[in-house]
Amino acid sequence: MIIEHIDAELPGTVTDRHAFRGDQTIVVAKASFLPLVDFLYREGFQLLVDITAVDWPEREQRFDVVYHWLNLASQERLRVKVPVADAEAMPSLTSRFKTADWFEREVFDLFGIPFEGHPNLTRLLTWQDFPGHALRKDFPLDGGDAFCMEGCTAPYNNGERG
Amino acid sequence: MILDSIALSRQQVDGDTMIVNLGPSHPTTHGTLRIIMELSGETIIKSTPEMGYLHRGVEKLGESLRYQQFIPLTDRLNYCSSIMNNVGYTHAVEKLLGIEIPKRAQQIRVLMSELARLGDHIVCVGVNAVDIGAFTAFLYIWKQRETIYDLFEMATGQRLHTSFTRIGGLFRDLPEGFVPATERFLPECEAAIDELEKLLTHNPIWHDRTKGIGVISAEDAVNWGYTGPCLRAAGVPQDLRKAQPYLGYETYDFDIPVGTTGDVFDRYLVRVEEMRQSIRIIRQVLARLEPGPVNVDDPKITLPTKDKVYSRMESLIHHFKLIMHGMEMPVGEVYSATEAANGELGFYLVSDGGKNPYRIRVRPPCLPIFSSFHEQVKGFMIADAVAVLGAMNVIAGELDR
Repeated sequence: MIIEHIDAELPGTVTDRHAFRGDQTIVVAKASFLPLVDFLYREGFQLLVDITAVDWPEREQRFDVVYHWLNLASQERLRVKVPVADAEAMPSLTSRFKTADWFEREVFDLFGIPFEGHPNLTRLLTWQDFPGHALRKDFPLDGGDAFCMEGCTAPYNNGERG
Repeated sequence: MILDSIALSRQQVDGDTMIVNLGPSHPTTHGTLRIIMELSGETIIKSTPEMGYLHRGVEKLGESLRYQQFIPLTDRLNYCSSIMNNVGYTHAVEKLLGIEIPKRAQQIRVLMSELARLGDHIVCVGVNAVDIGAFTAFLYIWKQRETIYDLFEMATGQRLHTSFTRIGGLFRDLPEGFVPATERFLPECEAAIDELEKLLTHNPIWHDRTKGIGVISAEDAVNWGYTGPCLRAAGVPQDLRKAQPYLGYETYDFDIPVGTTGDVFDRYLVRVEEMRQSIRIIRQVLARLEPGPVNVDDPKITLPTKDKVYSRMESLIHHFKLIMHGMEMPVGEVYSATEAANGELGFYLVSDGGKNPYRIRVRPPCLPIFSSFHEQVKGFMIADAVAVLGAMNVIAGELDR
């Protein structure tokens, strides 16, 4: 329902969409993300449930930053995915959603995606001089060298996926 | 220099404020988390929570495990109510598979979830009271949690790390004697909740310590991403069991308690009432529990029963193949949320068709709640910070994953 609204109000924003098992997903470009967030907020999607990311190393735009919103009035959920390249910054949502603060810090910590405009973008779960970003696919599952942990280049799981 | 505490050295530099560490190992932090507080006298000027002491990389580990193998890791998220994490995770995988589990399995999952919610709220309310200094109430209610653990042990073989669910159903059916034992437990628990309320609800000391502490408006609570009892205490009647029913919750008769101010006292009242509502749901489940299968009838998903695994070669191979080789999964992504004791426990699964999940994301309910901690305690006394921390029910295992 909300996706039709977005198409009508912000034409051209949605670059890809799919519905799977009742979940509606839209993919948007980074440039049109902030206007979309403003629109969603006005439409009642005021509970930002989660921010996370997915790493696709073989893709040119390596990461999908994934946002989940919930509309408390209509109980409608929406997933918004924004593809970004490595080291490309996402706009921070901390000015609009206070809950974005820690979620963005966690994504920065585990994926190394910077958030522009975040007031305190430091690591959340790992320590400050932790080498690398743990949830990237090229970060070794065993954490690499247990003592110095430098040069985390070994493919995870010996490069095999089951 | 090593012997000098951070607090002393800072005080010498600044002269007026003092830095105090709460945690990482402190009885009121309920796990391992650290809060660095800057104090002027006993008033908190600034507090900086530091977490990650219990970070085990659950999401990273999940990427190298089969879907079934991830279930024991979910026990270690919110270890006060591990069955609800099992239910939440398997529910997400079942959504990804597009299957519905048999009625009896749904009913048993509801039954166990509500027992776990009862246990979790007992921990939260009881420990919150201990932290503030009301030790007696804690002892009265704690006995009931032991009985709940006894019931878990009876059904699952484990008290804490239950791993009770399987994708497509349950590890096993309820054992004989479980239903009568639960029926005996419920009136005892109700009486204990009455006693708890007698000790706390109209206790003026309890009022002094909890009222007006940790106040949050409904708007702010939503903006901070609150869910669960903390959001309901702020006046938002959001409960996924009613709003987006799963496991047949729409067929049970229960109410959603809602507070007004969102302070520690309201959170306490909401939790106590939720305990009574959980007992109501458990009674309804026990009344309608019918015999039947507890797993889907699909050999590509359901594991063979243990007696067959231990006695028949084919079943042993079948079990081995399903666990070690894994199931066939469709390509896609799902987000599935269940109402855990702390709030919305979400699992976001991305499958690329492989035998392992491509990405498992656990959305812990207490992370957004805890992120508001510094705003909740600013300008309050250090003893109030302990009350707020207890009422938030921060479970470090779930917070750090």
